Amino acid sequence: MSEAPAPDLSTSDEFLLNVGPQHPATHGVLRVVVTMDGEVVKDLQPHIGYVHRGLEKLFENRLYEQIIPYTDRTDYLSAIANNWAYVSAVERLLGLEIPKKVEYIRVLMAELNRINSHLLWLAAYGLDMGAFTPFLYAFRDREEITVMVEEASGGRLTTNYFRIGGFTRDLPASFFPHLQKFLRRFGRAVDELDTLLVENAIFVARTRGVGVISRERAISYGMTGPCLRASDAPLDVRREMPYSIYPSLDFEIPAGRNGDTWDRSWVRIEEMRQSLRILRQAAEGFPEGEHRVRVPRNLEPPAGEVYSAVEGPRGEVGFWVVSEGGRKPYRVKMRKPSFSNFSALPEILRGLKIADLVAVMGSLDLVVPEIDR
Amino acid sequence: MQSTLHRLLYDTGTLVDGWRAAAHAGWGWPSFAVDALFQLGWAVAAALFLALNALFIIWFERKVAARMQLRRGPNRVGPFGLLQTLADTGKLLIKEDIIPSAADRAVFRAAPFVVLAATFLLFVVLPFGRGLVAADLNVGVVYFLAVGGISVVGILAGGWASNNKYSLMGGMRSAAQIVSYEVPAVLAVLSVALLAGSLRMGDIVRAQPSYGYILLQPVGFLLFLVASNAEINRGPFDLPESDSELVSGFVTEYSAMRFAFFFLAEYTNLFLAAAFATTLFLGGWRGPLLPPVAWFLIKSYLVVFVLIWIRWTYPRLRVDHLMELSWKVLLPLALLNLLVTAVLVKVL
Repeated sequence: MSEAPAPDLSTSDEFLLNVGPQHPATHGVLRVVVTMDGEVVKDLQPHIGYVHRGLEKLFENRLYEQIIPYTDRTDYLSAIANNWAYVSAVERLLGLEIPKKVEYIRVLMAELNRINSHLLWLAAYGLDMGAFTPFLYAFRDREEITVMVEEASGGRLTTNYFRIGGFTRDLPASFFPHLQKFLRRFGRAVDELDTLLVENAIFVARTRGVGVISRERAISYGMTGPCLRASDAPLDVRREMPYSIYPSLDFEIPAGRNGDTWDRSWVRIEEMRQSLRILRQAAEGFPEGEHRVRVPRNLEPPAGEVYSAVEGPRGEVGFWVVSEGGRKPYRVKMRKPSFSNFSALPEILRGLKIADLVAVMGSLDLVVPEIDR
Repeated sequence: MQSTLHRLLYDTGTLVDGWRAAAHAGWGWPSFAVDALFQLGWAVAAALFLALNALFIIWFERKVAARMQLRRGPNRVGPFGLLQTLADTGKLLIKEDIIPSAADRAVFRAAPFVVLAATFLLFVVLPFGRGLVAADLNVGVVYFLAVGGISVVGILAGGWASNNKYSLMGGMRSAAQIVSYEVPAVLAVLSVALLAGSLRMGDIVRAQPSYGYILLQPVGFLLFLVASNAEINRGPFDLPESDSELVSGFVTEYSAMRFAFFFLAEYTNLFLAAAFATTLFLGGWRGPLLPPVAWFLIKSYLVVFVLIWIRWTYPRLRVDHLMELSWKVLLPLALLNLLVTAVLVKVL
């Protein structure tokens, strides 16, 4: 990546501002070099790779089942979506038939994970916008989800829950009472967060019409998830490439109209409500049955390649797994939403103010390890 | 004959004036020396109050904010965590005072004191009770408005001298913000001065009906509260030190006690904004039964509570919205308010 050309200080008022890698607004180790003219952003050069760990290369030297915990670490906020995308790719390589109950548990967990991630986004975004209180409100609700996930998987953040073919254990008995309690209460909590932050007049003034990206540009940047849907493009992996039991569930794909920062925020709030609907339906229709299919101890998928994607909280999480036989994959390529969403940042930000940099960057909901991998 | 304690609480001014007269007559000192001694006494009292008040308000804000955020707040050091601020101050005292190598050393060192001194100067005209005021100047209101603007010099100097882009932008924002919000604040206070017919703080308090000017000047009160909230750089107007954009704004490079001085000034300013709102709109020290000082403090801390409440509820404004709010909304409103007040005062 080339360096941003240094402004000629003798003839212009421009200067370079180094935002990050240690800056409160970058949420992780991300560096953006901004060419500023006063408070106006003239140009922007992102620098990534501070937390690059070479995961994709690492995968080539791991057994198929050993890769699962690594997928947690690529995006610590949507461990479950990453687990699912990887596991389903391997399952398709193996040609496994997944029991109904497993699919229901996966949907329950994925939607809880989506709410969890959106809540954390809201919390951090509130901080970006100078409101500290919504942060703790979101964490109160997030805690309930974390407890449920912990009961089921043993982990709170990096859950390492999914297995190829199902789960190690069935859901614990205490899971559904907790879920029912959460479903009863959380609808009000979302409304509260909505009025406290997203509908707030100051918040609306700072986000409406700011950081607009058109539907066409968003698609050509490969943006997915709430960032794409905000630009009037109701595209969702759950609808476009249906998987699991989603075709049988009744839910809407919220889409914004203007593609601005406020729409990106609103879409996430609305998605939490839709996830709640999905959770209700999945809890209602929860079937009896096996929580796993038997798979051989030594997994040796036949040669072939599979791309499997799920709709994560940030967009399309995809794993492309190539097998040449044997117990280790030949190649694993991860398709991560934050990378594509982040790539649109310079175009969105040009001409805006430094305060908008924070507002826009926060609204993209970036998770840095997902960009760097 | 009322006891000295009773007089000290309810009629401090006359009591101290009595002492001063006695000193002039009996001690045989040159009169300027006696006056200097008494003024020094006021200054020491104000300094003591400033320190204790800041300790209390910092604790109060942390506690109130915690309660609003489903937390408990400080509760380990001392009863209810009351001594937490003292412990923090102790920590700041023993921290290293770091001055960046590229900083303008003299200005960098002086800036926190300018800010604190400007804050301290405001105590001169603040009436805590009947006659309990260091100097009830006949231009008290003008003094308050003028001196209140000095702290911007310190903030700008601190931001400039740090030689850091974030600090500089924080300082610049602060200058623009304080200058913009001074105008509606002045106009709001002018309406009060018109009603009272005096610029002396004591007269304004005495001229108010028992319910205060807040009912006669509701718009003026709101304008003053918003404008002074912006002038003291607190949320949602805390742009000069907006941590998500400018790291810490003009205090980014400050550490140890120099940072503590900025912090102290900030919380004292919070109290002062509330105290002047109390004096100008809420009837100052006046109230039944309790001593005037108690009434004054109760009302002031109530306003402080409201300001804390606002801070922990709203997100931060953007810098251009901030200017728009001041020049396009508050200023016309303040002018209109002043006009209506002037006409009504003349007619009625």
